[in-house]
Amino acid sequence: MEFKPRNHKDLSITEKRYAYSARNLWSGILFGIGLIAFIDEAIFHQLLHWHHFYDKSTSNIGLISDGLFHALSWFATVGSLFMFADLRRRKGFWLKRWTGGVLLGAGFFQLYDGIVQHKLMGLHQIRYNVDIRPYDLIWNITAATMILIGIVLIIQTRRSILNVKADNRHAQ
Amino acid sequence: MHSDGHLHDGGTWFEPMLLVSIAFFIVIYIGAAAYSGRRFKKWPASRTLFWILGVMSGASALVGPIADRAHMDFTVHMVGHLLLGMIAPIFLVLAAPITLALRTLDVQSARRLSGILKSWPLRILSNPISASILNIGGLWVLYATGLYGAMQHHIILHALVHFHVFAAGYLFTASMIYIDPVPHPLSFKFRMIVFALSLAGHDILSKYIYAHPPSGVLKEQAESGGMLMYYAGDAVDLVLILILCYQWFKATRPRESLAV
Repeated sequence: MEFKPRNHKDLSITEKRYAYSARNLWSGILFGIGLIAFIDEAIFHQLLHWHHFYDKSTSNIGLISDGLFHALSWFATVGSLFMFADLRRRKGFWLKRWTGGVLLGAGFFQLYDGIVQHKLMGLHQIRYNVDIRPYDLIWNITAATMILIGIVLIIQTRRSILNVKADNRHAQ
Repeated sequence: MHSDGHLHDGGTWFEPMLLVSIAFFIVIYIGAAAYSGRRFKKWPASRTLFWILGVMSGASALVGPIADRAHMDFTVHMVGHLLLGMIAPIFLVLAAPITLALRTLDVQSARRLSGILKSWPLRILSNPISASILNIGGLWVLYATGLYGAMQHHIILHALVHFHVFAAGYLFTASMIYIDPVPHPLSFKFRMIVFALSLAGHDILSKYIYAHPPSGVLKEQAESGGMLMYYAGDAVDLVLILILCYQWFKATRPRESLAV
């Protein structure tokens, strides 16, 4: 990346944010995945008992997908918060870009869970013994909305990075 | 029961021998800590405490009430597995036994020890990938084949499986979090990716056990044992993840804060 600064001391806060824009995005995405997985586990599995630990119709590929995503989200929750602390101590935290990442990560996880894991792999359903359609619709529409808002925020912050880069080029 | 008879026959010599070795491991560590504390900087008391906790949690899986009930109740077996394969290794790795050994031994023996640690067989074994395969792959062999059932009938097999669970657990932990000196350190990113994949292997196996009880295990016991393995495994791995991420956080500290 050409924008990498050599000396951190001389950078303004805006420039620092831009220097760590990728880390802001990744920290957000990982935190979003961890957050939505935690909500899923705490609310739908443990409190409401809507989801099952194991559904008799679960396929082997469903088990593998579930295990991979569970492990990833478990690691992502902790890792993304350490990345967050790292951004703070470097004074490079950028709330808007980070939030964009959170919404993208959370929306992606929920949409993948709702479409691929629930429907295609038959891992488990949102609820049992009720008409599942309204639940599925709400689940997946919320997910898609989060992805859309996330993408908009990421594009907006990306634009301001490009603007600063262009300004710097003119100044030289 | 036939299987019980076998294990109790073994128990007559096994239990006293194990209790003696527990005392031996604790005494030798405390002795080494005191000895090296006089020659160099004082050895931290927290590490001695970790060592004692590690030896005790490993031992509690091998003798006493958990060990006695483990071959009748799969859920209790899983408690023992957690203590021996996950909790004991974390405490023992945190106790930094190799650092202590290098400080305590005379120069020639210390050189020989670090030579062994640098050798290619240990380098291969302590790679996160091979350590994960030995650790998680070993568990798959244990629970997804007939090995678990066979282990209950043969004392030697029983001992070998327990030794493997512990040794692979230690190797895995030591390959992920560096407390002792590491001749060929690997990047945080690489270790984190391998860690997440082996954690996934552990999760998948827990649900697999829930769905497919190992040989000779009742359905309800396999279900509660599988869920225990899943959630308790998460809790223990959370500790490892926190240590690994904290080590990353310290290592990537920005330069300017050093000057302050």
